[in-house]
Order: sequence, then structure tokens, then C-alpha cells
Amino acid sequence: MILSLVVVVGVLFGAGTYLVLHRTLTRVALGMGLWTYAVNLLLIVAGGHAGLPPLVNGGVPISAYADPLPQAMILTAIVITFAMTAFLLALAYRSWTHTGNDEAEDDIEDRRIAAMARERPAEVPQAEEEL
Amino acid sequence: MNFVIPAMIVLPVVAAGFSIAIWRRVRIQQVLGVAVLGGSVAGSLALIFAAAQAGPLVVHIGGWRAPVGITLVADLFSSLLLSISLITVLAVFLFAIGQPRYDKSAYYFHPLYLLLTAGVTASFLTGDLFNLYVAFEVMLSASYVLLTLGGRRDQVRSGMSYVIINLAASTLLVTTIALIYAATGSVNMAHVAVRLQDLAPGIRDLFGVMLFITFGIKAAIFPLFFWLPDSYPTAPVTVTAVFAGLLTKVGVYSIIRTQTLLFPGDQVTTAVVLFAAGATMIAGVLGAIAQDDMKRILSFHIVSQIGYMLFGLGLYTVGGVAAGIFYMIHHIPVKTTLFLVSGLIETMTGTAALRSLGGLIRRAPVSAIAFLVAGLSLAGTPPLSGFFGKLLLVQAGFASGAWTVTAVSLGVGLLTLFSMTKIWAGIFWGEAQEEPPFESARGTGPLRAPGLMNAATIGLAGVTVAIGILAQPIWRLCEHAARELLDPRAAYIAAVLGQ
Repeated sequence: MILSLVVVVGVLFGAGTYLVLHRTLTRVALGMGLWTYAVNLLLIVAGGHAGLPPLVNGGVPISAYADPLPQAMILTAIVITFAMTAFLLALAYRSWTHTGNDEAEDDIEDRRIAAMARERPAEVPQAEEEL
Repeated sequence: MNFVIPAMIVLPVVAAGFSIAIWRRVRIQQVLGVAVLGGSVAGSLALIFAAAQAGPLVVHIGGWRAPVGITLVADLFSSLLLSISLITVLAVFLFAIGQPRYDKSAYYFHPLYLLLTAGVTASFLTGDLFNLYVAFEVMLSASYVLLTLGGRRDQVRSGMSYVIINLAASTLLVTTIALIYAATGSVNMAHVAVRLQDLAPGIRDLFGVMLFITFGIKAAIFPLFFWLPDSYPTAPVTVTAVFAGLLTKVGVYSIIRTQTLLFPGDQVTTAVVLFAAGATMIAGVLGAIAQDDMKRILSFHIVSQIGYMLFGLGLYTVGGVAAGIFYMIHHIPVKTTLFLVSGLIETMTGTAALRSLGGLIRRAPVSAIAFLVAGLSLAGTPPLSGFFGKLLLVQAGFASGAWTVTAVSLGVGLLTLFSMTKIWAGIFWGEAQEEPPFESARGTGPLRAPGLMNAATIGLAGVTVAIGILAQPIWRLCEHAARELLDPRAAYIAAVLGQ
């Protein structure tokens, strides 16, 4: 049971990373969502076996119930991620009203400095090959 | 005395909520903010004295004793950094009040700023790993909104990379906390520190490096710093100033706290830290040399200065760690002053690009003096605070025989002086190659900025001078803090868990 959960965590992390590496913000937001699911599952695994009751009266051995603390942590993490996802989507919408898409653009100052390096091949002899 | 610790986190949050409720009454928000921040500064100074005399102060929230409940801890290290951070926060707040041309975004600035302060304070004071994550999120979510407040196109562009990189780092932090919880069954830092000793060394090293990478992204160390010079310069200047002074330093604080408390004397991480320190210094300063805009030059210098603070930790001696702490105390007000000067110049002329400015030493002497003091201090010229910070680091470096990194730190100091000279020559001397954007800034007449903005900038530059003059007593406190950090069993763990 735990092994299958661990495999799911790995797959979710992988798929999330693939999406986050894209340039469009909506895909990044989806990737972030997958990452959060992965972390929350990981916390559940850290809390003990699945299917055990979280709270019992005294006199029960530790192995008979699940640790309730990770569930409280997951709740906190879910709330935070919910707000962050909403903010990411708002940012994507704002970007769309500015440029018509939600792709991350290049930095203008970076482009200016890259152009400077290209214009002066005498001072930077390897610049052309590296680019 | 201990009631001050939770009050310093709760008061800014309550004040932020109240500010949102009266969002149209900007003047009341300003008075409230100054009162709360002033009270926090006084509280943090009191914490320094209490922690220096009685050792770490511990508060168990709700009466649940550690390791069950959430613990707040104010030891000398955290209260020293908290004080200087809050002094800087207050100065920037006054600067923001003095700013002319309020637009609609001013309504939201004050509550967000107070939330940011609460997040920074909580990060310094918490003694619980998961609580540290929550404090980081409070601080960062306020910073996301502050960075993109106004919603201009370049802000949205830089906000995207800033938000994504920080969310990725936060995900990594929760992952690490989940793994640490699975391995030790606790998130209380003192308790985790005790239980980590029972684990296999390989697993301990893994956690050490994971936490180092997580906080390294927030602290902008090499090779994880690329987001910083990209996002900081586009924010409104008050926001950039407070980010530059505080946010990366909270990352460095967390690195020092976790490495000394959870992984004391760990060979692998110490070697990684020392290498990262040297590489961060070089990468930051070389990046700065290629830039033309004042805010971008300064942003790259944040990166290079982070290297100095890590250098102290990497040496892992009392002298080294104490010098690193001293360097952080010096760096927070200095860097913020430099950004405030760039803000003054932008307010007067509409730009901070070197090619559009020149000859400001006659036209804006106040900005020139503030820049001169802070710039020379950053480069390490006596008798200012930066000189003592660098001197102590170099002494500690030679004492430990870390010749290469010490030599690198001296060379980077020279290049920092070069960068500051470049800004000085470009903005305060010579003539502009292009006209500045503001009509009123053309010609050769004197430039005026509002008095409160000038006063806040000069006041913060005065803090730098004061740290230089008071170097001896501050150094004593730093040494005391470093001794506590390097012997956590005697100080931190004993105070939190009891005997």
C-alpha cells in the first residue's frame, strides 16, 4: 500500500516538473498543482499506514492508529497552495490582457547586454561560437 | 518579557487587517504602521538585552510544551538580526510615506507591507520547521503582491519568474520537512536536532543538502541566483529596497540556523557551503560589472554579498560565524540605503540608468552623501561598518587556513569598489549622454526630493556609520551569538526542551 503511494508520489513529481518547465503560465500552474498533490501524499505516507483511525482513546498501541499531525500539516499546505494557485492564475490573466498570451518573456536588459556582446567580436572573440 | 515574542508577530498582522478594513484612510494606516513598527523595533532591542543576559528565550504557544506544541525562540542570533531588520523596515516605511504621486495602489501597500514584516519576524522567531514554512509563505505571498502591485507589463513578466521560482523552492521545503518528519517524527527544531543524531550519516547528509538547496534558492546563492537580478529591479523602489535588505537575508538566516542546529560540524555540507560562498561572490560581482542600470548593478551585488555571509558559516569557527553575523548586520541597512538612493534619483529624474544621468553631485547633494557613505561601506572602506565586517571575515579565514576563499573575498572587495565608482562616476560626476525622462529634471538646476524621503535615507546611512563606531560592542554580541550557535546542546536545545 505504502509502496504504491510512493510510486504515485514519484509519478506526480515527474509530471509536475515536466509541466513547470514550460513557458506558459497556465501549464506551470497545473504543474504546481501536481507537485502539491505529490507533497501532500508524501506527508500522508509519513503519518503511518493508510486506513488507520487518526484519533483513539488511551491504551491503544502506537502502531494501531495513524499520526494526526501530518493531516493538520496537509490542511495548512492545501490552504496556502490554493491561494498561490489563485494568484498564479490572476497573473496569467493579467499577462494575457497585456500581451495576448501568458508566456514568460525574455528580460529586455538581458537582451541588451547579449546584443552588446555580439556587437563587439574583437573584444569577445569566442562570443559568436558560444552563442 | 517573553510576551514580547508572540506580540511582535501578532501586532503587525492585526494592524494589517485593520488597515484593509479602513483601506481608503491612508493617513490612519500610515500612523498605525509607524506605531506598530516602532513598537516592534523597541521590542526587538529589548530581546537582545534579555537574550544576552539569560540565554535563549522560549515561548510555548498555548502552553503546549515542546516538542508537542509550536515553539517560538529568540536567541541572541535571531534577536540581533530581527532588530536591524525592523530598523530597516521602519526607515523604508517612512520613505514610502514621504513618496509623492500616490496612486490607487497606495491603498494596498500598507497592509501588505505589515504582513511582510510579520512574516519576516515569524521566520526569525520560530523554533519549528513547519512553522518556518508557514512564516516563509506569509512573507512570500505578501512579497508576490508587492512586487506586482500596479500590474505593469514588466512587473508581470518579472513577477512570473519570481513567483514560480519561490513556489518551487517552497514545494521543495515541504518535501524536505515531510521526509524529516518521516525519519524523526518531529518538526520541532530542537527535537529534530536530537533525533537526527540517531540516523545513518548518509540520510543526515541528504537532509542537510536538501535544506541548504531550498534556503539557497531563497538566499540567491550560486548557482541558484538567476531569478534575483531579473525580478528585483522592476518593482517599485520601496519594495525593492526592503526586499534587497531582508528577504535574501532571511534565507541566509535559515541556512545558518538549520546547518548549525540540525547538522553541527557536518563535513559534507561545510565543504559545499564554502565552495558556494566563493562561487557566489565571484558570480555576483562579475554580473554587476556588465550592467548599466543602477538598480541592476545593486541587485547583482546582493548576490555577491550573500557569498560573504556564507563564507563565515563555511569556516565553522566561532570567529568565522561571528564575522558572518556581523556582516549580515552591516549589510541589511547598507544595501537598503543604496536602493533608497536609487529611489530618490528615480523620484527626481524618472530613471536610474547611468547613461541618462550625470553631474548630480551639485544638483542633489543629499543623495550623493548617502550614496557615498553606503557605497564605501559596501566596498569595505574604513572606518565604516563594511570595513570591520570584511576585516573580521578575512582574519577568521586566515586563522582557519582557507586561503583560496579568503583571497577571492579580497579580490571581490576590489571589484565591488570598482562597481560603486562606476555608479558614482556615471550618476554624480560627468554629464548625461541622454536626456532624463522628466521635463523638470533637464538642465542644471537643483533637484528636490520630499524631506521625509531624504531624512529616511540619511537616517539609514547614519545606521551604517553607527555600526562602524559601535563595532566593538556589536562584535562582542556576535561572538556570544556564534558561541551559542556552535554549541546548540548547551544553549538552544537545553532552553527549548528543558534539562
